[in-house]
Amino acid sequence: MAVLVYADNSGGMVPNSALEAIYYASKVAQEKGTETIAVAIGTIDNSVLESLGNYGADKVLHYSDDKLKDFDSQSYTKVVSDAIGNTGADVIIFSHNYASKSIGPRLSAKLQAGMAVSVLELPKVDGDSLTVRRSVYAGKAFADVTISSTTKIIAVTPNAFSPEVTDKKATVESAGVDLTDADFGMKITATNKVTDKVSLTEATIVVSGGRGLKDASNWGMLQEMADMLGAATACSKPVADMGWRPHSEHVGQTGITVRPNLYFAIGISGAIQHLAGVNGSKVIVAINTDSEAPIFKAADYGIIGDAFEVVPKLNSAIKSLKG
Amino acid sequence: MNVLICIAKVPDTTTKITFTDNNTKFNTERVQWVINPLDEFALTRAIEIKEELGGTITVINVGLADTEPLIRKAFAIGADEGIRINAEPTDCFFVASQIAHYAKEGNYDYIFAGRETTDYEGAQVGGIVAEMMGIPFIAGVPKFDYDGTTATMEREIEGGKEVISLNPPFLASIQEGVTEPRIPSMRGIMSARTKPLTVVEPVEAGSFVGVNSYELPPAKGECKYVEADNAEELINLLHNEAKVI
Repeated sequence: MAVLVYADNSGGMVPNSALEAIYYASKVAQEKGTETIAVAIGTIDNSVLESLGNYGADKVLHYSDDKLKDFDSQSYTKVVSDAIGNTGADVIIFSHNYASKSIGPRLSAKLQAGMAVSVLELPKVDGDSLTVRRSVYAGKAFADVTISSTTKIIAVTPNAFSPEVTDKKATVESAGVDLTDADFGMKITATNKVTDKVSLTEATIVVSGGRGLKDASNWGMLQEMADMLGAATACSKPVADMGWRPHSEHVGQTGITVRPNLYFAIGISGAIQHLAGVNGSKVIVAINTDSEAPIFKAADYGIIGDAFEVVPKLNSAIKSLKG
Repeated sequence: MNVLICIAKVPDTTTKITFTDNNTKFNTERVQWVINPLDEFALTRAIEIKEELGGTITVINVGLADTEPLIRKAFAIGADEGIRINAEPTDCFFVASQIAHYAKEGNYDYIFAGRETTDYEGAQVGGIVAEMMGIPFIAGVPKFDYDGTTATMEREIEGGKEVISLNPPFLASIQEGVTEPRIPSMRGIMSARTKPLTVVEPVEAGSFVGVNSYELPPAKGECKYVEADNAEELINLLHNEAKVI
């Protein structure tokens, strides 16, 4: 039985996190001795869909009905269910993001399928069950969980897998499903997409600021650093609570969990709730005036010093490095 | 306006996470239990809207008797009624099945859940309930308004935001930003004792995901310090040693 993987469509592109999910799906398919089928929804070039083969997809089912231009958990679930029905897939893979949180649970209910999210490792196949390692308690621990239902749904953590890229091309098939008004429950009245900004959960580098930056107006130097490094910006909870930065940038236990290759914690003391959201990062850099700040216990590299003196120096060094 | 809020019991976010029984169980010793913070945001926003429009707010929890203090806490914050489904919450599917079974009988304008719990982080209960009830589901809502007929909310999609409007019934999973939590007033705490808390026995439902064991991440190595006067050296280390930039 095939492995089906959801290929997110971000303005005609398939984001890295989805490419990682496709690679993950192909590894599962290999283990099961079956094929990897990706499902893509909306306007997206055939060449982009063919290139999903580079990451392990054998086939791509493309649903391009105009009615699907807006993301709606009901209609999108109907599409993915249709793809599951057509392919007989019994393992469904997502990247753990907006789509997995919207479509995954609906599929779980429809198909009586167990779902594991924030998955960090390839599954162990054990008879009819799959066992996967996932992150829990905002990264403060791992749990090995077994999915025992016939159909299984796995949402993998972004930036946890590095795909091996080949020159294989996927075959692309157009697909369609009957959609009625009953499949659409909501109306989108405004969209505000910031396309030039790096998405926080997908970013390989995150530049994050805390209360030590003293004021919202001091974020310019962090933004400058982020721009040079192609990084996303983030913040600690107090900063979001004070309204210096939007809540969507809050990294920590009640905000967003990130696991970039490099995390800069600038003027962040490192409360346990903050560390929970970042300790999956491969390298953590701490910059803080307080040598006793708990962030240094979590950090790989540290500078004890004033962000207002240190960050401009770092920026000029990055500038010469990037030439 | 009738609203149902799904609440879960989680360890306080400052809890040091450890495990017992050969790393198969969460160590509950000296743990302070709280309402899942994202559920509390949802509850508080629903109360604010009720203060404008009137109505009844019911909280529902799947748990054993030890969750009742948290249902009383929800009463103190401003919920009117409480339902406890008397069962151990085994996995998201089981919990959602219980809530959906109960919610189908009620006439709720909308249902709130937290985007996820801060412990297991399954991020599924709301969506499963919505599918079982055949109603729209909006995941991860940081802004929510309701005028008695139409709800207007924001959702965060990958790389942006969308404003959505829809009419009841629907289920929204709430995240940070929707409002600030409240400290219960003395009047709230007094009235919490007498508000109705009904215990309901669970229905048969599947449970498909089980935890075999837990593990703590390996301890971090020593932090390597760079002098502030020589901050440029850090970039050199990140480039040549850590190879991350």
